[in-house]
Amino acid sequence: MTDQSHRGAVTAKNWIVLLAMIVVASVIGIIFMLALNWFPEQGSDVAPPIDTFWDVLVIVSVPIFVAVVAMMLFSIWRWRQRPGEEDLDGPPIHGSTKLEVIWTIVPTIVIAALTTYAAILLIDIQAAPAKGTRVVNVNGGQFAWDFETQAPSGPVKSERLYLPINEPVKFNVRSKDVIHDFWVPAFRLKVDAVPGITTTYNLTPTKLGTFDVVCAELCGLGHAYMRQTVTVMTAERYAAKMAGLAKAAGTPVAAAGGGVGK
Amino acid sequence: MAAKIRQPGWYRALAYSILGVLFCLGLSTGLRAAFAVDPVYDGESVLQISLLTVPLFFLGGIGCFDYWLRWASGRTVVDDHADHGAKSWRDYFKVNTDHKVIGIQYICTSFFFMFIGGLMAMLVRAELAAPGRQFVDPNTYNGIFSVHATLLIFLFVIPVFAGIANYVLPLMIGAPDMAFPRLNALSFWMLPVAGVMMLLSFLAPGGSFAAGWTAYAPLSVDAPIGQAFFTIAVQFAGASSIATALNFLVTIITMRAPGMTFFRMPLLVWANFSTSLLVVIATPFIAASQFMVILDRALGFNFFNPAGGGDVLMYQHVFWFYSHPAVYIMMLPGFGIISEVLATRSRKPVFGYRMMAFSLLAIVLLGFTVWAHHMFVSGMSDWIRIPMMITTAIIAIPTGIKIFSWIATLWRGVLKMDTPMLFAIGFIAMFTLGGISGVMLAMVPLDIHVSDTYFIVAHIHYVLFGGSLFTIYAGIYFWFPKMTGRMFNERLGKLHFWLTFIFFNVTFAPMHLIGVQGMPRRVSDYADQFATWNLIISVASFVVGLSTLIFLYNMIISWRTGPKAGSNPWNSLTIEWQVSSPPPIFNFDAIPSVVGGPYEYGVPGAVHAVFDDAKPEPVAVAAGASADASPEETD
Ligand SMILES: [Cu+2]
Ligand SMILES: [Cu+2]
Repeated sequence: MTDQSHRGAVTAKNWIVLLAMIVVASVIGIIFMLALNWFPEQGSDVAPPIDTFWDVLVIVSVPIFVAVVAMMLFSIWRWRQRPGEEDLDGPPIHGSTKLEVIWTIVPTIVIAALTTYAAILLIDIQAAPAKGTRVVNVNGGQFAWDFETQAPSGPVKSERLYLPINEPVKFNVRSKDVIHDFWVPAFRLKVDAVPGITTTYNLTPTKLGTFDVVCAELCGLGHAYMRQTVTVMTAERYAAKMAGLAKAAGTPVAAAGGGVGK
Repeated sequence: MAAKIRQPGWYRALAYSILGVLFCLGLSTGLRAAFAVDPVYDGESVLQISLLTVPLFFLGGIGCFDYWLRWASGRTVVDDHADHGAKSWRDYFKVNTDHKVIGIQYICTSFFFMFIGGLMAMLVRAELAAPGRQFVDPNTYNGIFSVHATLLIFLFVIPVFAGIANYVLPLMIGAPDMAFPRLNALSFWMLPVAGVMMLLSFLAPGGSFAAGWTAYAPLSVDAPIGQAFFTIAVQFAGASSIATALNFLVTIITMRAPGMTFFRMPLLVWANFSTSLLVVIATPFIAASQFMVILDRALGFNFFNPAGGGDVLMYQHVFWFYSHPAVYIMMLPGFGIISEVLATRSRKPVFGYRMMAFSLLAIVLLGFTVWAHHMFVSGMSDWIRIPMMITTAIIAIPTGIKIFSWIATLWRGVLKMDTPMLFAIGFIAMFTLGGISGVMLAMVPLDIHVSDTYFIVAHIHYVLFGGSLFTIYAGIYFWFPKMTGRMFNERLGKLHFWLTFIFFNVTFAPMHLIGVQGMPRRVSDYADQFATWNLIISVASFVVGLSTLIFLYNMIISWRTGPKAGSNPWNSLTIEWQVSSPPPIFNFDAIPSVVGGPYEYGVPGAVHAVFDDAKPEPVAVAAGASADASPEETD
């Protein structure tokens, strides 16, 4: 017979080496995953907690994947069929109630923790805005958005979205034809524009600059090109911009903005 | 010629189909004339009625209804098994009632559509190799990815599992055939009808259906006539699925060999039992959603038109009430395959057999409670999100039980690292990743950002390619010797695995990243910041495409000239391996009696089934005798 020492019990030393490898690989994996530049810039108040939540998910997930792969690689390395073992069978182990209870309860705890975290975060994100929050009507159509808001000088409509920094805003999203989806990746939130109903979300822009507005729901031929921009500006510049737009709206031809970006 | 047209077959199918078109022409113009609609002739109206009706004429012509019609009209019917079993390759192109022939028909047809769907994926990746327009206009692009997804879901993953189970399952439970062989044949023949209809949509005025495989209203209601090809083809694919599932349920419940208690059934049988429950309960919902679309389109019912009192979100609720369970319809049979392959190739019993069976049933039950996780940003009521997040996350628990039990099955086994085993182990790793990204997607705050992005595209391909397709490859390699009597080329099999495994990951892993970074899905053009990754993804995807040719070559060459495999090359205990390869026409010359569990590897002298040569009449007895003779199981 061939040497079958490798078929002996898994020794304590084996376990230590295996666990050490899982820990090391998990640490490397987590560092690698966290070092990657996943998200676009953080443009709203909800972006930092969502990005942190992602980091938590990564830290929980990587060790699970590493453990699954490591256990399989260890099995292959240790118990691969060697020459001379063609007719050999493994030990008839049918199961272990103890193990099965463990791998039911541990994931249950992990799932319970993650869903609790997510639920608390979600309740926070979808909290109703305070009374008097600025409202922007976001209207989707094939294949462009337009944005309406109430400026001191009267209603203003534009094809570019302008927002003042650090001031809460509520979006009322509607559609003129099919379903679209109003998404600003830098803000992290999106919602479908659904014909017949008004959908909403609210947030506070926290970063000056110009960000992409993306349609995220397939809406037909021009879906890929339904990309516009949002500019977050200081309160003073915002007021000036609104006044300018309101004035321009007096003459119908000059209906604001420059279509797709500048 | 006239005689040929009277016989069931392709000539008659063609003649009947032409008749069908004329019938629809008459019906449409007749009705329009009767109700004084102008113009009397309307091409789109004729086309829509034809899509619904001509397939029935075709199915009649090819011979799916002959026996039933003759029986129903009171004429004598002969049970001479003339259309049972294949004597030459030509018999595979006829209506046949042998589950083994139907299994092969299913597998070959669905792989045919897999190659076409894969080719479309190559076109998608060619277009996306660089920003801007490369080859196709946006309308064609939307059509290509829609047909890609629709073919691979409805004409490949779902039916190929039905095909593998069709071949293997009756053998595994010791049955001479499926419970309803003629229904089985009809189920199969509805498939090419659905697939060809989907492909023909490219010829429709306005192009093929282009609203994605989800076909959300009102986009699908307003779309050109090509959309009707989707709406109606899905009805045929769905009807095929439902009929097959009923067939599996009745077969499993009533046709098990003596001694085959439920807890002695191989897990593949359990998996298909669970899948069939899902199919019969869920599939009518997608049928309903598509009937509503066709009624909206053709007759102005306003189901999904808010101006007429309709509700847009209703479509999504009904659609996902099927299409979430459909994810498990595309996964559970693969779980069964993996359990068979791992036990046989590790030479060990499946770890925690009963929990493996119960976790399948748990997934069936839970699968119906999570559909709205596809709608977290759809505008539905906010309160639904947290309950659906919790139920979705809970599914990770039975799924985790399966993954850990598979690893425990490998543990201390004698692992034979051949092609089926490589795909099985590759599957566990890839499916774990898909499961993890699935739990992430269940988490609403993250899902709001990544839904409708390439993160979803990555997740769905880790589940359906790294998951389902890997199990399909494992199953095809595993049962290839049984189906053909020959062995596949192991070196080509390994090459196929490694190329697929490596370049699958290079293709789909980066999609997680560009999705979170903000690239939406279903776009023919994208912002320049995603250009580098998209080029890498495209190049890798072409290698995945090429690797399937190695598989195809291996299958064809080995089927023709591979070395003889013998009846039981894997030294497996389950019943299908105890008969010749390929098995006799009615499967068993003697009825098997099941005397133990299916995976008693390592138990000296253990057998799953014994063949009692003393009992004649295998067909009649096995069909009537069910589990009543089974002794209590002890283990
Ligand atoms: Cu769009
Ligand atoms: Cu789902």
